Amino acid sequence: MELQAKVRSYIENNLVVFEENVQFSDDDNIFERGFVNSLFAMKLLNYIEQDFGITVDNEDLDIANFSTVNNIVSLIEKKRSGVS
Amino acid sequence: MNTKTRSIEAYRRQLVEEAHVFADREIRPFAADFDERGQLSKDLIGKMAERGYLSASFPERYGGLALDPVHYGLFTEVIGKACCNVRTLITVNTSLIGETLLRYGTEEQKNEWLPKIASGEKVGAFALSEPLVGSDAKNVQTAYRREGNKYVLNGKKKWISFGDLADFFIVIAGDRGQVTAFLVERTQGDITSTPIQGMMANRASHIAEIEFKNVEVPAENVLGPVGGGFAYIVSTALDHGRYSIAWAGVAIAQEAVNAMVAYARTRSQFGERLHQHQLIKGMIGDSITQLHAARALCRKAGELRRDRDAEAVIETSIAKYFASKAAMQLATDNVQIHGGNGISNQYPAERLFREAKVLEIIEGTSQLQQQMISDYGLQKYFVKRPNLSEERSGH
Repeated sequence: MELQAKVRSYIENNLVVFEENVQFSDDDNIFERGFVNSLFAMKLLNYIEQDFGITVDNEDLDIANFSTVNNIVSLIEKKRSGVS
Repeated sequence: MNTKTRSIEAYRRQLVEEAHVFADREIRPFAADFDERGQLSKDLIGKMAERGYLSASFPERYGGLALDPVHYGLFTEVIGKACCNVRTLITVNTSLIGETLLRYGTEEQKNEWLPKIASGEKVGAFALSEPLVGSDAKNVQTAYRREGNKYVLNGKKKWISFGDLADFFIVIAGDRGQVTAFLVERTQGDITSTPIQGMMANRASHIAEIEFKNVEVPAENVLGPVGGGFAYIVSTALDHGRYSIAWAGVAIAQEAVNAMVAYARTRSQFGERLHQHQLIKGMIGDSITQLHAARALCRKAGELRRDRDAEAVIETSIAKYFASKAAMQLATDNVQIHGGNGISNQYPAERLFREAKVLEIIEGTSQLQQQMISDYGLQKYFVKRPNLSEERSGH
């Protein structure tokens, strides 16, 4: 599965809205839209570090880096390429 | 499992066994006294530090015993069986503070604080709850403001375990919607702690109200990212806290089972031992089933945490919810089986009963756990099925 789809699928599996036809774009802020609960930031961080084998430093923990599918993908790509 | 892994496992098992012996000799005989006097002995804290019991899950380079989550859980159980207050010291210092520092602390912060926690030189407290804010931690009233290269903290915290004994605090404070965590030394400014009396349980956990008045904290004492105090620090600390409390539930449940079994085998009524009465057998049978189920959930959570599995957080929440509920149920049944003796402080049953209740409240109430578990299940167990009426009509 490509990176974008993998991240999207993880978020979809952790949504706390239970309407079948819920939709969000890759640029939607999942926290502001109330799509995930308060535990999710920590869960997401653990998931990214574990599944993609990267370490996210404190300076990258800005919630904005985790707020949309595209931002999460950018962060993973940045860490993978070793750009700090 | 290879030879090296087996020998590490055996070593960790041995450490837990030694802790069990220590707890039976150095903690259990004094548990009722701690509860009655409302304080722990500093001598005991020193003895625990010497053995690495204040830092059991820390890496060895910080003075810890490097126990993995499963063995750390078993360790928590053996201490918790002997005394709830001593176990609280470990929950706060090792789980809430130590584990959070390990995850988010800078190298300087880890090197500064973890060895001091391990050696017992410094006792910490996690200052989150407030007079008006409990579960709603995003809305803390304790405020910070930035002034140059430092922050200034003002506000009141309440129900802080070890708050009256602590040499330093992790303080959760807010500034215009942003929540940030700070490492604050008691000597850093005008910090007053007032012990809270009249507690139902955790009477020797030095629970206090703490007031911070214009306390200046250097910028390097921010723990984790500015603005990440809730999303990362509180969430992580409470996740570790929940894991510890889950095992604390197993500890009380095990103590309750031991006590009810001993009492049922020695006490006679109507010319028969209590255990010969069928209704008592029913209570004991249910209790043992609950105990085993609680321990199984805790072990599963521990294994997932050890493997850094993404499901570890929710399984920890499930274990905490179930084990704390089981502890309360078994402590209640233990009092019931003890009859009049159960409500007297001549038996440990009443103390276990009081202490069990706390576990359903701290580190997220049972109702918050239910909510999180429900959210998880509503997503995970939803099976999309085709709309049969549409299929039949060919749409």
